[in-house]
Amino acid sequence: MSGVTPGRRAGWIGHAVLALFAAGSLFPLVWTAIAASRNTTRLAQTPPPFWFGGNLLRNLRIAWTDANMGTALFNTVLVAGTVAAGTVLFSTLAGFAFAKLRFRLKNLLLLLVIGTMMVPPQLGVVPLYMLIAELSWTDRLQSVVLPTLVSAFGVFFMRQYLLQALPTELVEAARVDGASSWRVVWHVVFPAARPAMAVLGMLTFVLAWNDFFWPIIALTQNGNPTVQVALTGLGRGYIPDQSVIMAGALLGTLPLLLAFVIFGKHIVGGIMTGAVKG
Amino acid sequence: MAGDTTTVAPSRWEGAPVPEPAEGGRKPRRSRLHRWDLRWSPYAFVAPFFLFFGVFGLFPLLYTGWASLHRVELTAPDEMEWVGLRNFSRLLGDEFFWNALTNTVTIGLLSTVPQLLIALGVAHLLNQRLRGSMFFRVAVLTPYATSVAAATLVFVLLFGRDHGMINWALGLAGLDAVDWQNGAWTSQLAVSTIVVWRWTGYNALIYLAAMQSIPHELYESAALDGASPHQQFLHVTIPSLRPTILFTCVVSTIGATQLFGEPLLFNGGAGATGGADHQFQTLGLYLYEQGWVNLHLGRASAIAWAMFLILLIIGAVNWLVARRLRRSS
Repeated sequence: MSGVTPGRRAGWIGHAVLALFAAGSLFPLVWTAIAASRNTTRLAQTPPPFWFGGNLLRNLRIAWTDANMGTALFNTVLVAGTVAAGTVLFSTLAGFAFAKLRFRLKNLLLLLVIGTMMVPPQLGVVPLYMLIAELSWTDRLQSVVLPTLVSAFGVFFMRQYLLQALPTELVEAARVDGASSWRVVWHVVFPAARPAMAVLGMLTFVLAWNDFFWPIIALTQNGNPTVQVALTGLGRGYIPDQSVIMAGALLGTLPLLLAFVIFGKHIVGGIMTGAVKG
Repeated sequence: MAGDTTTVAPSRWEGAPVPEPAEGGRKPRRSRLHRWDLRWSPYAFVAPFFLFFGVFGLFPLLYTGWASLHRVELTAPDEMEWVGLRNFSRLLGDEFFWNALTNTVTIGLLSTVPQLLIALGVAHLLNQRLRGSMFFRVAVLTPYATSVAAATLVFVLLFGRDHGMINWALGLAGLDAVDWQNGAWTSQLAVSTIVVWRWTGYNALIYLAAMQSIPHELYESAALDGASPHQQFLHVTIPSLRPTILFTCVVSTIGATQLFGEPLLFNGGAGATGGADHQFQTLGLYLYEQGWVNLHLGRASAIAWAMFLILLIIGAVNWLVARRLRRSS
């Protein structure tokens, strides 16, 4: 993140343009909160409200119970957490093997990993649905966890990181001392990979939280929804009250926004390092 | 750190004969285990990935091809009736397929081009010395944290015909209210706006990262040659960014071909048609409508393969463009 300090100082015009852009980025979110604090009659009047009203708690409560947002939030934390943990663990192991170990078919397998990054998820959706229908997994959380538990991008990302961050001599030295592979992974690879694991974990968590296409096929609003499934139900007329819909959108976004406020610096850094590697 | 205490000189442990200490029976057994471990552990490390990928990635991928040659209904996925290429030939004569394809292309252009251009400008500004630069970086990234669903729900209200904020602002400027959802161009513009809003900041940060890795000397020598800041941007920054720009083009194009959530929810409760006249139905949405509204899984599979084919064509074009660019420079 340090990078080269750019020479030029931004003038007031630069600051103003950026401030305008930042305001445009934040405004729809702020207005979600404003709309969530009003009622549906007020939202059907012109001009639209520009400041908060007094209905926020009422709307949040209705969204939480009637629109199943409580269950949805709990499910999403569980799903996104499991997917992030699984992706980080399996990507680190495979990334280490691809970066530092020699084995047969290595290059072919690596090519397969890179090739799968290009394949659109739609291509597998029909058989995936037939599979989970066969297993009676519709509306079960494993139907959305298992297909996303590993990621080709994650493997590639960890490989690129470990290629340069983990000295081969360190691995060899531990081997000479007679350490087993699992001890090497635990005491040498994981400590060296920790920064990249954190980045991958955060990015995967955000992606899993916002995953849309597959969950709305596999899960239903009334059964066992994730946040995105519940919000889709809201948007398609499950509850006609606009202010409650906005309260639902707020509930579904707030946890990630809080994470951004707390970890913002690291997430920004993660996306930027990922970009240079990619 | 674990490695700090191990200061053994590097040795070729792979394939090198391990000296066998001849003390008792325990050591040789351990070293045999050790060699076994050396040999097989790489496979153990990559196994989880390929196991999950095989079951939930590769198998569905190939099976989609098989399913696309059959008549399969969602209500009875077990009963498959062989129809050969009929699902594909049907697509060629299907006006809704061509409509969805055209919409995907126009919405793709309307969202990708402004998104990347604005991102380039924002990144350029972020690359200067700023007050509160971290605030700006986090702020432009917040739309990325907002889900498709949450973003579309609020934009549906902002684009509302009767009481939406955008029409209200147009009214202030003396313009007529626009029926965003029902017009062809207006609805596509609105859907593209959601995409642009969500992804511009993310792309700006990727450009910023690439800009920060441009060697400073390039700018210094350009400045010595009398290049203005504007010329430096055009002749130093943009050429150095070429691989990154190509990368973001590829990623955004892939995203644009798969566009689904925004057009689905922009239609409110009216289903997966993408508007009354299918005016903003994308390929992804049409796939969903065929499979999960009309219950024709075989046809949905054929659409999935058509989407993949289009991606491959786009990929090939991208590759050709990249090769030409590399040659010309």
